[in-house]
Parts: sequence; structure tokens; C-alpha cells
Amino acid sequence: MLIQLTDQPIDVAAVLQAAQADGAGAVNAFIGTIRNQSTGRRVVRLHYEAYDQMALHQLRRVAEQAVEKWPMLQQVAVVHRKGTLEIGDVAVVVAVSTPHRAESFAACQFIIDTLKQVVPIWKKEEYEDGSVWVAAHP
Amino acid sequence: MNLSIALFGITREIVGSSVLQLDVPEGQSVDGLLTQLRQHYPALGQLSSLAVAVNNEYAEPTDRLHERDDVALIPPVSGG
Repeated sequence: MLIQLTDQPIDVAAVLQAAQADGAGAVNAFIGTIRNQSTGRRVVRLHYEAYDQMALHQLRRVAEQAVEKWPMLQQVAVVHRKGTLEIGDVAVVVAVSTPHRAESFAACQFIIDTLKQVVPIWKKEEYEDGSVWVAAHP
Repeated sequence: MNLSIALFGITREIVGSSVLQLDVPEGQSVDGLLTQLRQHYPALGQLSSLAVAVNNEYAEPTDRLHERDDVALIPPVSGG
């Protein structure tokens, strides 16, 4: 299992490699990237910050939950970026491997969906005329 | 007792510091702490949600806090 936060660019190939397993016929990956607009506003860049110790703890738990739900999971790799990211940069990579493809899609989606709900990481969107902490206010 | 509360994202900006030292009653509940904080910093009450983490876990409102706990405020998360 590879669970990591980093303030350096994510090496996507290395994360995929970490998910590879000899017993797996499928490696499935989600790559989250920075897009140039949000709710109609032009995004210039994003700033990510994390509560590192809790984020790593919660990420490990999400990976363990995935293994409980899909016991055939061979490997789980999750790397999330911190710091300032520009348009097109990779913010997160989730990669899993399973013997067959169907479970790899489901497990990968579960991990990224749950990550977004529970892992203490925050992003601030910077626009040409201001900035907002995403989801902070109703 | 004295609590050291870690702050992130918008809560860090509202309070103006990444750590808040706060004197709270012995055995203060999580809910009591939030009430106390919202009185000091009304902007915390405007957030979509505000959770408290104790020792890397999301705490329940009735959980009691202890001086050596790792306490943090968790505003709405937005990773990914």
C-alpha cells in the first residue's frame, strides 16, 4: 500500500508502478487535475493544504475499507499533492489493482469518492479577482 | 485546562493563526468547545460545517476533551 502526501509534482508512472501486482490483470487509476474554471469563474491556480497526520490516517482507513469491500484488491496507491498548483497539474492519483477489471473500477471510484468526503485536505481556488476556500460556505 | 487547537484552511484565516491556545473547562465536550469558539469567532458559525478532530478521528459532539489530545478544527474538506 502506498499512501502519501507530497508538495512535489506527482510522478504518475511511479504511482501506477506501485499499484502493479503479479496477481492483477487490471490496474485502474483516477488522476485528478486542475481545471481552468469553477462554477463559471476562471480559475488561475489552486492552493492545497492538508492536516497531514490525520489525512494520512484517514487515507489509510479508506484504503483498508476498500480492501474489506473488495478483498481481491492486490495493491492500493494514493498520492495527494499539497501546495500551489497550476492549471493542468495533477492534484491526486488513486491507483488500484485487481485480478479482473470490474472490481478495479469500483474500488478506485470508492476511494476517490470517500477521500473527497472525509480526508482533511482543503483547496483554495484563486481567480483573477479574488479567491475562495472551496465548499466552506453554503 | 489549556487546549492547543490546530487550524487549517478557512478556520486558520478566520482566527488568524495556525494554532489557537484556549482555556476550556476540564472535560469540556466537543459541542461545548464549538459553542465557545463560535462566540469568540462568529465567522466560524457561517461555515457549511465545522467538525472537531481528536487524535486524528472525527469526534462526536458529546466526546470529552483532554489536555493532551491532538485537537483540530475541520472545516468542510475539499480534497481531490
